[in-house]
Amino acid sequence: MSAKNIIHPYLRLSGLEALIVRPGSLFINIGERTNVTGSKKFARLVLGDHYEEALSVARQQVENGAQMLDVNMDDALLDGVKAMTTFLNLLQSEPDVAKIPIVIDSSKFEIIEAGLKCIQGKCVVNSISLKEGEEKFIKEATICLDYGASVIVMAFDEKGQADTLERKVEICHRAYKILVDKVGFSPQDIIFDPNIFAIATGMEEHNNYAVDYIESIKLIKQRMPLVHISGGVSNLSFSFRGNEHVREAMHAVFLYHAIKAGMDMGIVNAGQLAVYDEIEPELKKLCEDVVLNKNNDNNEATDRLIKFAEQVKSKGKEIVKDETWRKEAVEKRLAHALVNGITDYIEGDTEEARQKYPRPLDVIEGPLMDGMNIVGELFGSGKMFLPQVVKSARVMKKAVAVLTPFIEKEKEEKIKRGELTEGGAAKILMATVKGDVHDIGKNIVGVVLGCNGYEVIDLGVMVPAEKILSEAARLKVDLIGVSGLVTPSLDEMVHVASEMKRNGVTIPLLIGGATTSRTHTAVKISPEYDNGVVHVLDASRSVSVVGSLLGEQKNTFLAGIKSEYEKVRDDFNRKRSAKPLISYEEATKNGMVINWKNYKTTKPSYFGTKIFDDFPLTALERFIDWQPFFIAWELHGKFPQILSDEKVGTAATKLFEDAQKMLRKMIDEKWVSAHGVAGLWPAQRVAVDSVEIDTGKKKMRLEFLRQQLKKTQGQPNFSLADYMPYTNEAEGYMGAFTVTIKGLDEHIKRYQENNDDYDKIIVQALGDRLAEAFAECLHHKVRTELWGYAKNEGLTNEQLIREEYRGIRPAPGYPACPDHTEKFKLFELMGGEKDTHIHLTESLAMYSPSSVCGWYFDQPDSKYFGVGKINIDQVKDYAKRKGMEESEAAKWLRPILD
Amino acid sequence: MSSIRTALDKRILILDGAMGTMIQRRKLSESDFRGKRFADWKSDVKGNNDLLNITQPEIISAIHLEYLNAGADIIETNTFSSTSIAQADYDMQQLAHELNVAGAKCARMAIAQWEKENPGGEKKYIAGAIGPLNKTLSISPDVNNPGFRAVNFDEVAAAYGEQINGLIEGGVDLLLIETIFDTLNAKAAIFASRRYFREHPGTEIPIMISGTITDASGRTLSGQTLEAFYTSVQHARPLSVGLNCALGASQMRPHIEELSRIATCYTSAYPNAGLPNAFGEYDEQPHDTAHIIEEWAQKGFLNIVGGCCGTTPDHIRHIAEAVKNFSPRQLPQLQEN
Repeated sequence: MSAKNIIHPYLRLSGLEALIVRPGSLFINIGERTNVTGSKKFARLVLGDHYEEALSVARQQVENGAQMLDVNMDDALLDGVKAMTTFLNLLQSEPDVAKIPIVIDSSKFEIIEAGLKCIQGKCVVNSISLKEGEEKFIKEATICLDYGASVIVMAFDEKGQADTLERKVEICHRAYKILVDKVGFSPQDIIFDPNIFAIATGMEEHNNYAVDYIESIKLIKQRMPLVHISGGVSNLSFSFRGNEHVREAMHAVFLYHAIKAGMDMGIVNAGQLAVYDEIEPELKKLCEDVVLNKNNDNNEATDRLIKFAEQVKSKGKEIVKDETWRKEAVEKRLAHALVNGITDYIEGDTEEARQKYPRPLDVIEGPLMDGMNIVGELFGSGKMFLPQVVKSARVMKKAVAVLTPFIEKEKEEKIKRGELTEGGAAKILMATVKGDVHDIGKNIVGVVLGCNGYEVIDLGVMVPAEKILSEAARLKVDLIGVSGLVTPSLDEMVHVASEMKRNGVTIPLLIGGATTSRTHTAVKISPEYDNGVVHVLDASRSVSVVGSLLGEQKNTFLAGIKSEYEKVRDDFNRKRSAKPLISYEEATKNGMVINWKNYKTTKPSYFGTKIFDDFPLTALERFIDWQPFFIAWELHGKFPQILSDEKVGTAATKLFEDAQKMLRKMIDEKWVSAHGVAGLWPAQRVAVDSVEIDTGKKKMRLEFLRQQLKKTQGQPNFSLADYMPYTNEAEGYMGAFTVTIKGLDEHIKRYQENNDDYDKIIVQALGDRLAEAFAECLHHKVRTELWGYAKNEGLTNEQLIREEYRGIRPAPGYPACPDHTEKFKLFELMGGEKDTHIHLTESLAMYSPSSVCGWYFDQPDSKYFGVGKINIDQVKDYAKRKGMEESEAAKWLRPILD
Repeated sequence: MSSIRTALDKRILILDGAMGTMIQRRKLSESDFRGKRFADWKSDVKGNNDLLNITQPEIISAIHLEYLNAGADIIETNTFSSTSIAQADYDMQQLAHELNVAGAKCARMAIAQWEKENPGGEKKYIAGAIGPLNKTLSISPDVNNPGFRAVNFDEVAAAYGEQINGLIEGGVDLLLIETIFDTLNAKAAIFASRRYFREHPGTEIPIMISGTITDASGRTLSGQTLEAFYTSVQHARPLSVGLNCALGASQMRPHIEELSRIATCYTSAYPNAGLPNAFGEYDEQPHDTAHIIEEWAQKGFLNIVGGCCGTTPDHIRHIAEAVKNFSPRQLPQLQEN
């Protein structure tokens, strides 16, 4: 736990389980049927004292995907306090319902308080408002907080319900200030309901209500970013009562836009929602117009929708149930059934498809998976909601159930024919991780693997890490596969991996599920567990991955994955900058502090530059680091082990031999020449990020950049300037170098003309290796002789390559000093193109490409680091120091500017 | 009370161990429990450990002192059942207030003694123990009538209110709502304390909360997951949240790890001395418990640690020794979106 744990101010609610509303969370459906004012059935059951049956209404809402449950007992014929208490106490005995948070809904506060007394989880109160003044509002809010509930606040004040955009925002803001400043609410525990009113009523002043609601969401969230927005959706279509088809379409269109604007949750009938993309185009267009109040001068849009609605009505139910899709091909029918959650024909259609395809498994992997992919896409783009996806999953399960007996039969036949063995099948343990209930993908993978002769042990959903581990050990499985759909599952998978390591597990871990990715697996999970972590993209890949992991090639396969993930990690680390930055001023105060008293600087053997023209190439050979040479060829692995690698060993050995031959030729036939310059001077730090070199003739001031990432305590914000002493601290020295390999061009050209890419790339790659080797060689010479601060270094080649020596040689334009323009100064110090044999292009690239330059620092504590992302405040200061226009500095620093 | 926060930022604080186990060791008789004052009480009172605060304060104080000598920084008052609802079993509901005041005094006496023997020592704290009650608000005692409740929220809140009043009058430094197996009971205690602090300005003291995960399902007896439990009590703005009882340290580990990840406040843990053996006795040895807890400290899961059922001053001594060189868990950083 060395890295600091970060906790976000999200809305956290609970029933038996926690519900966390994150910024990226999907729209939350609050089930509305357990409301005596909204559901006749529920009212009848409660009034008749049939609470057990009333509970089944709640259960249905949860099954249909409600993530919270709105309970309302406001009926004139009912003792609301008693009804609320009775129902909620009973509800606690039903874990499938009690698992989700309860929204206690009443216009009478004593009923709300009665509800709060029954629920152990963190509830939502629906609602309180400023309707009867501030004093009452504060009193009720305080009581809600005493019970630990979140509150929905209606945009309602002493003057009445807010019906304009301005009033909605103004009232919410007033309530917010009271709740946060006077009552002590956390902003994230406040949910606003800025009032959804009926539109398309024929009254022109109502036409903009939906637009006002949607716009108010944006303004409220701008002003009060941590709060949430809810609303009762069915009000919207009140004027179309009795016409469910039109109402559902209006709701779907409205939600599509409101959710985009930031609506977090809403009271909806979780079982009845049209799929935005599936609404017939004409109706959808009409709904868009009335919801967004477009083309609606003189109620034109409203009138058109009313006309449409009447047609629907007059034609009766026929049009509501559009059956034209039944005429399509079976694949299309399956997809339609999946997207729309229609189970009516699924068994027949699946059977038809089974007869059409060669193997039953092909139906799953083909048309059914295609349909589920469409569902996934619509869900991901906000055009389908969770309840609809639950329905799709149900259709999928039905279809799979039709196919399972045939798949089993096929498997048995295979066993009979000896193609599969029953006993001794490899065992694969699968689980959806703790906190997640999504298992469609996992079930499919399970089916697919089962068909391929593996024994699949499925632990189901919400499986804690310790259970995964204990079951894996008990059943002696060969692989563990974990899956998840929601984002927090990713953290849980990291946890599973770390627990596997802690418990000394040795079998590989497979990662799958919609939110998982190769990058996340590589960056977060794989480092936690050493015995193989593999991301599996989809069910069809699972077979080959599992095959590789259980076969003879397991080690090669895992080694390949490992180096692949290392690369992904490196790329990722280069790109990311999610961490917060601190101000440049703060950063300068958190520099690395070096105690110069403990360290005596060494005066170099000369001041100025020393030129090494035609440096003997044979002297460079021992400094060559071959690993990057193989990486250039996309052969990943350590050198020299890669030469004997099971998988790529032969190819690597061949390549190495060819490269050796080519290198001999390059050296013996003097294709190339090596030129280097090493400069050493007195230098002092003169400002927090500035160092001045004194060449004797001239003083050259170098400017460095400092890390601005927020560091954990005790970790400095590095700058190269930290490695140099101020005059009053110690006498300082600094150096610089350039090396280049010249003469490659004509040979590269020759190979190119002969279409010999192989040799061409070898020559290029060797050129780079020689330049790097020269830099290493020259640095060695500087350390041991020219500067001489490490006269008795005595390192092996491997240690040299691993840079185990004292001091660093960072290059301008690279992570520790990312400003390329400092190269001008370096080249001026080194005697320019004449002495260095390097041409600096206007974008500050070096030519020949096989060139390296850099600064020398000798400080024993110096190490390579990346400046990372910086802020504009540092750019301003940097531009000033360099005498550069700020825009010019910003241009050069853009890649690291946050 | 900023001093306890300062101390918590510096080191892992040690909570004491079991009171019941230590009382049992003394093999007190019915008449010891009764003392002079209750010699003629109408029902048996042996087993009403909290009554000893009044009848045998020296014994209770001596046990507290043993824990202080073992290295405890925080001692818990012997008031686990000092509510009118729990005392009704002995027909002693009228004594609830007095039991709490007396419990706090026993602890205060022990600290005074310790300070005399250890001048200039670390500051010690008294946590007023608030137990879970023998009646629950979320679970029906009648299987045939799941909607039935043996007690209601207002009654529970009133009983806790009386207990809190007694503890604060007696001079405790902290309130410890513990062994929570039904979160709604704990919410009633939180409710009562919020009301008490509001109605008695200047009396506010930090609240510690400790839930009980009953088995490997990772849930409380009333069915909540750990995260749901924590979410449900967060409005108490507790000083610490943690787990105690039901599990030994090795079974508690995954839950403490999770809690240390999700809690914005300090964390506490006081497991039992292993799981009970076939005779219902706890036989995990002090060095074994300490060994498991040492790893928690090393991983940075802990701010406060002690022992529950079956633990003894020897357990606490070993635990204190095992964790003393580790830094406490750092409070998580709260980040804006």
